[in-house]
Amino acid sequence: MYLNNYITSYCTIVKNVVYKNEVPVFENRNADLPAFLLSAYQHFGLNYPKFYKMDNLSKLGWIASEILLKGSHIKDYQPEDVGLVLSNANSSLDSDLKYIKSVSDIPSPALFVYTLPNIMIGEICIRNNFKGEDAFFIFEKFDAGFIELYVNNLLNSNALSACICGWVDVFEDEYKAVLFLVEKEERDNAILFSKKNLDGIFENLVIDKG
Amino acid sequence: MPAVYIVADNIYSPIGVTTAENFEQVKQGISGIKQHHNTALADEPVYASLFDYADFKTDKQLTYTRFERLLIASVEDTLKDSGIEASDKKTVLILSSTKGNISLLETDADDPGLKDRIAMHTSAKLVAAHFGFVNQPLVVSNACISGIMAILTGMRLLQSGQYENAVIVGADVITKFVLSGFQSFQAISTEPCRPFDKNRTGITLGEGAATMILSSNAEYSDRIKVLGGAVSNDANHISAPSRTGEELKQAIEKALSIAGLKAGDIDFVSAHGTATSYNDEMEAKAIASAGLDKVPLNSLKGYYGHTLGAAGLIESIISIQSLKQNLILPTLGFKTIGVSDAINVCTALTSAALKTCLKTASGFGGCNAAVVFSK
Repeated sequence: MYLNNYITSYCTIVKNVVYKNEVPVFENRNADLPAFLLSAYQHFGLNYPKFYKMDNLSKLGWIASEILLKGSHIKDYQPEDVGLVLSNANSSLDSDLKYIKSVSDIPSPALFVYTLPNIMIGEICIRNNFKGEDAFFIFEKFDAGFIELYVNNLLNSNALSACICGWVDVFEDEYKAVLFLVEKEERDNAILFSKKNLDGIFENLVIDKG
Repeated sequence: MPAVYIVADNIYSPIGVTTAENFEQVKQGISGIKQHHNTALADEPVYASLFDYADFKTDKQLTYTRFERLLIASVEDTLKDSGIEASDKKTVLILSSTKGNISLLETDADDPGLKDRIAMHTSAKLVAAHFGFVNQPLVVSNACISGIMAILTGMRLLQSGQYENAVIVGADVITKFVLSGFQSFQAISTEPCRPFDKNRTGITLGEGAATMILSSNAEYSDRIKVLGGAVSNDANHISAPSRTGEELKQAIEKALSIAGLKAGDIDFVSAHGTATSYNDEMEAKAIASAGLDKVPLNSLKGYYGHTLGAAGLIESIISIQSLKQNLILPTLGFKTIGVSDAINVCTALTSAALKTCLKTASGFGGCNAAVVFSK
């Protein structure tokens, strides 16, 4: 049996612009990545002291998840029914390079802990008390077909009721985050959860909602 | 949904290069853990289960890195005589690792192509091309539960009908990067690790690779099955385990429920058992509260050390051999119970009629995983 699931919200952060459901909601063109992330954190009035100790990958994914979930029905779910399936190309290489520089001096546990890409998932789970299935996959390029297959499997087998999925990649000043909230219920303005729509949003094309 | 069978497997470790060799060694209580004096690794001597470095000299002429050669060696032995063709369009390759080619940061940091060469999708592609896999390989990198997650990913892809066979390979190489990191957490044991023991002082790291081939083809219906599994998150701390074990317990209960089993149906548990104070305490709580406190349990870290992205695969494959041979292995390094919940840590090689095994793991990022294997 094949059940339809729905993208009920999506958020893209790329080239120093934040988009929520395709609408640009913040931009700060003349900033490097750490400064841009801090300006977005401040702009959206986020108040979460743990943000400051995160690495750039976790900061990017965390901010995208905050904007994605704003106004959503995520709090209606039980903690074990919400999970995350994220992916990227460069794993935690951005932080790996920072950690290895510390090794010749005093290896830093605060840097070492961020040398795993799924720490970003942990940060989002801690913030929202999400306790369901997680997974982190590495792909050369965003693989919408795999995300569609894997997340549909988790939702249709009732392993999860809602899933945050997508791509969060950082290497030095190159970065991109595209997150999708996928639910079983077709809410207002929901889009069918499909490879075509995932790819369309990822490439920042206008989505045909019909 | 179709059943998922384990068709073939391999463990490529410092104590053996086939599953049979490895099981014979651990049955005899032989461990790969030794003290190493190697300044490339650490200034002070350290206990670890490592390959002989002379076997793996860095040779820039070689196409494959040490990490990739481990993957290839393990996959090669597993595919041989398995009856599964890598080039079959119904076959997918899944790679599990925490740090892949990270050692290149120590040796080739100034190489402009480093970013692409170090990426795990590059290694996956090279290994896939080596054997002629036609589908895009998948890479799972989810801390210390990567191996079990890769098995669950393979199982799900087979159950959904997307593929018929999954070749799942995991490996990690221990270099200064990883060792210094665990040392910075004060998490490395000053002696070979002692899972669940009162005097445990932390982790011993280990190197290795392992491969498991899964198939949904009914021609393998006499083989051991992957009945089901689940993953959970503590939502508590990025580097410390849950204080209650509640979330690992939830993963265990979900895995049992998917498998259609109750706690009383499990014949033995292969725990994560890293021998850190907090991990073993959390696991004991989860296992006891899941109703598995009387079930014989072992940790295999005393034989292999913590092999990171390979651990879930190596320990699952040893547990599958245990099922086949009706033998539960003792927990090497364990003497006196050192966790607050009573659990039944296995201390001697035990013969018993075995049908079903639960394998668990937990890792940084608050992740937990459980999977059930059965005859």
